[in-house]
Amino acid sequence: MEDPRGPSLLDAIRDFSGNASPLDFVLIIQHWEMFAAGVGYTLLLVAVSLVIGGALSLPLAVARAYRTPVVNQVVWAYVYLFRGTPLLVQLYIIYYGLGQFEIVRESFLWLVLREPLWCTLIAFVLNTAAYTTEIFRGAVEAVPYGEVEAAKAYGMSARLRTSRIVLPNALRRALPAYSNEVIFMLHGSVVASTVTIVDILGAGRILNSKYYLAYEGFLAAAVLYMLLVYAITRGFKIWERHWHAHLRPRAA
Amino acid sequence: MDTVVAYLPAILRGTSVTVAVALCSAVLAVFLGLLGAWGKIAPSRTANAVTGAYTTLIRGVPDLVLMLLLFYGGQQLLNDIGAATGWWGYIEISHFTAGVFTIGFIYGAYMTETFRGAYLAIPRGQIEAGTACGMSGSLVFRRIVWPQLVRYALPGFGNNWLVLLKTTALVSVLGLHELVWESFTAGRSTRQLFTFFFVTMAIYLVLTAISDTGLRWLERKYSAGVRRA
Repeated sequence: MEDPRGPSLLDAIRDFSGNASPLDFVLIIQHWEMFAAGVGYTLLLVAVSLVIGGALSLPLAVARAYRTPVVNQVVWAYVYLFRGTPLLVQLYIIYYGLGQFEIVRESFLWLVLREPLWCTLIAFVLNTAAYTTEIFRGAVEAVPYGEVEAAKAYGMSARLRTSRIVLPNALRRALPAYSNEVIFMLHGSVVASTVTIVDILGAGRILNSKYYLAYEGFLAAAVLYMLLVYAITRGFKIWERHWHAHLRPRAA
Repeated sequence: MDTVVAYLPAILRGTSVTVAVALCSAVLAVFLGLLGAWGKIAPSRTANAVTGAYTTLIRGVPDLVLMLLLFYGGQQLLNDIGAATGWWGYIEISHFTAGVFTIGFIYGAYMTETFRGAYLAIPRGQIEAGTACGMSGSLVFRRIVWPQLVRYALPGFGNNWLVLLKTTALVSVLGLHELVWESFTAGRSTRQLFTFFFVTMAIYLVLTAISDTGLRWLERKYSAGVRRA
């Protein structure tokens, strides 16, 4: 509808953004819903794979640290494979590669494996579980042996020792390294956009190709990722203050 | 197996491109890392602010986002500047250049932290002693700082290098014909994507193993003067 009072402030902003400013920020704001959905997908992928991967990695890390025969070697090989190869290739081999086998294509597994979202989740879970296993293994091995000895002297069983002495101590110790892994997982999650998932980067890529742009979508994605990293870092600071309370110098 | 042998030349060509990208960006990263570490340590507010912003930015933004931004946005920016000033004509950034510059730029930030930590690990008294003996600044750097800087920085450098090597896989998204791109193409035309990606993973593991050996040799060489328990 034509405004009888002439061009409004909103029109002026729109005109400035589209023609004068090097970045068309109004265009980004107009597509905020796509970016919001992208943030949702990124957070979903990262959170779910961290939770499942973390849960998987605990027993694996304990098996490695306690040198459980056979399991130790198998876990070592798994960790070596997933830490030594790019996440992109791991995702590709699951999403594109597994369809090569007829057995896979004809089994019920195909319902899961033909979906990019499931494949991405599987790849992310396996990847973060491998890295987290290494982090937790180091932490379990760093538990002072005296504490374990003391627990033995009290007659605690191996299971009780692990759950009451070793793990609480090790998980606290692992917190700083684990916060890095969370940020790496967030950074790594961008490869999801290469298998058609519209995560934050996916939204940026769609915006750019739709309007034939060079910066807007990628810049918006970069800012969103930075905000998420900032939030994660702050969150872990608070968490560390809580769980490392016993390490802080006591107030006079 | 036969198909893999048939495509072996392409795979090996891709591997050499991967290695070339990794080596070139590592050189750039070390250069930027030394510069960045100097900027963080230097008693200049401006230098501290610039390097601080650099490392914060890089740690906040994922590599692929930066890569796409540099490849598409950087090209546009260069051409816009060229058109506005008339200093140069149309420029096309190659995939290789974009990959090397982005990866070098990203890992430069990680190297900055590595070198800064290594520099801070050198006992202050040694540098003071050097100055007290009448050594010039450059002589102190050459004889006292540098050999120890390399020793302390090597473990961190090794980690960064291994991560960098795997990051080069992302350049395939831009379309550079490196290892992942070559095996993707080969796998798609033979409908054997699993086989080819399996080979790709094996090649990455071999590259990692070779790097491990090289890094261990370097570490032994540079810690020749350290007594080990």
